[in-house]
Amino acid sequence: MLNYTLRRLFFAVPTLLVISFLIFLLLDLAPNDPTGNLPMTIPPEVREKIRISLGLDQAIHIRYIKWLEQFFVSEPLHVLEQWFNISIGDSESRVRVQSWATRSPAFDLIAERMPQTLWVVGMSYVVGILIALPIGVISAYRQYSWFDQVGSFISMVGFSVPTFFTGVLMIVVFSVKLEWLPSIYDTTLEVVDLDSFWLQFKQMIMPVMVLGLFNAAQLSRFMRASMLDNLNQDYVRTARAKGIREKSVVLLHVLRNSLSPVVTVLALGIPTVFGGAIITEQIFRVNGLGQLLIIGIQGADIPLVQTLTFIFAILIVLFNLIADVLYGVLDPRIRYE
Amino acid sequence: MSDTGLVNPESPWGEVWVKFKSHKGALIGGTIFISIILLVLLGPMFWDVDPQRLNIREKNQGISFAHPMGTDQLGRDTFAQVLAGGRVSLAVGFTAMLLSLVLGALIGVLAGYFKWLDGLLMRSTDLFLALPLLPLLLVITMLYRDTLRAAFGPETGIFLLIVFVIGITSWMQTARIVRGDVLAIKEREFVQAAKSVGTGSSRIITRHVLPNILSPIMVSATLGIANAIITESALSFLGLGFPSDFPTWGRLLNDATAFITLSPERVIWPGLAISLTVLSVNYLGDGLRDALDPRQRGR
Repeated sequence: MLNYTLRRLFFAVPTLLVISFLIFLLLDLAPNDPTGNLPMTIPPEVREKIRISLGLDQAIHIRYIKWLEQFFVSEPLHVLEQWFNISIGDSESRVRVQSWATRSPAFDLIAERMPQTLWVVGMSYVVGILIALPIGVISAYRQYSWFDQVGSFISMVGFSVPTFFTGVLMIVVFSVKLEWLPSIYDTTLEVVDLDSFWLQFKQMIMPVMVLGLFNAAQLSRFMRASMLDNLNQDYVRTARAKGIREKSVVLLHVLRNSLSPVVTVLALGIPTVFGGAIITEQIFRVNGLGQLLIIGIQGADIPLVQTLTFIFAILIVLFNLIADVLYGVLDPRIRYE
Repeated sequence: MSDTGLVNPESPWGEVWVKFKSHKGALIGGTIFISIILLVLLGPMFWDVDPQRLNIREKNQGISFAHPMGTDQLGRDTFAQVLAGGRVSLAVGFTAMLLSLVLGALIGVLAGYFKWLDGLLMRSTDLFLALPLLPLLLVITMLYRDTLRAAFGPETGIFLLIVFVIGITSWMQTARIVRGDVLAIKEREFVQAAKSVGTGSSRIITRHVLPNILSPIMVSATLGIANAIITESALSFLGLGFPSDFPTWGRLLNDATAFITLSPERVIWPGLAISLTVLSVNYLGDGLRDALDPRQRGR
């Protein structure tokens, strides 16, 4: 297992390098001018100087290697220095990935936005699991019952209706008509007492539910299929024949065995949920990573967009690896050697 | 296909049709999907209101006989706009699905049939699967749309760009499924027999392999339409798809959200159109998958 994990980690490096190069090329070969958003009154020679100050006069491979160095050397060193309050080497003149629009390090912007996204994504995943597991278990146990039929229909609807429609629909119902919940996420709100916690809770309900219901729709389908695979196995009949109560047969024996494929699906889905959060954050104006990406794209802030996209790519590769390793750990029949 | 072929339970397609018919969800889904296509295509004949016609006196109206879905902030008829938007959304869905299907089937067949291509093609498939698709789609449309707009005109340029980016980012699942099936079919006796009489690779692929992998391709096609429609709507919703005067369902939804407090009903129609289309296509795909699954055939 350890051997396999190490080998996979080793192979992840070239994959990530190729992806980083693809992302870099895609953004770099784009036929637009980073100084295009600046006022027209700037004379051409100043514009040229701005381009040189952004490092655009260098060859493409040099810029790529510099970006890689900033991403993989400067930033981790900076994090280490911050954590342990030490200085490693020449930390004063070390160049970090700079956002063009804000002139601040891209990673500082990302660190600012990260908590909101993690809260929304994390809570939506928890909500999704809490809704999907019972529905999946009951649907499979009572296959073709009305509960199963209704559950399957609802999960198909939840799976088909895009989050940008459920989100807008929720705003119409709960913010416009009923006026229960705020439609815009107040990003300056600090949780200090019970009142502000209540406000925070209220403004998080809709973004979390929109993503959570979407996750639940997908997960419950997997949960049901996985339960059905296990319910007809011999060990279930054996357990029943031994006189174990039905409740423990289903909840201990079958559920535990059905969870292992679901856990891998959970791990594989996390990067997708981060992607889905881009849309949800845009609807509810949550100042998370997705919104940062959209702002970066609209402002042609190439280093910021490169860094963010690459972080999304790292998440995908990482969680694919976690899913494969988890599958081997949870299911002893899987042998990777 | 002749009529007798449809009812003859001995023919494989007749059997598929019988099984498909027994799947209620698929039948309803298929009917709704075909009705949506017909409505969107033929609707303008019956409802010949210009979707772009401004009538500021009748702005922000509710549902009425003159305007079955109300009007927007400039007095344009929402029903006409939804019909026009549907044509674009469905056109994007079908074209992008075709592109991704052709790419996926081609790569899958090549990887499955030619062993020396397998490693390279499947590694690139894995690589594409590891790409963060939504961020990349957003980045590509944003960065390249001005160039394409200049080259092909505002509408065709964006159409080509969106179809292209959706197509090249959604072929991976099809390629994987097709490769798996080709690998299995390649070893079957009829392919071996064709090989032994000296049939060339291209002829074996077109005559013997492709007809046998039609079912996974058809299932991928239905799911591909749903995926393409959702992706296009998401891009338009984020303001990175079609321009505002060129309605698509996502664009209409995006425009309507700006007036959500003033006329909240407006967001429902385009959203409903997207959801209903995708839902019906997903049910259709489900039914096709069950009907075409050979393991369930011949009970």
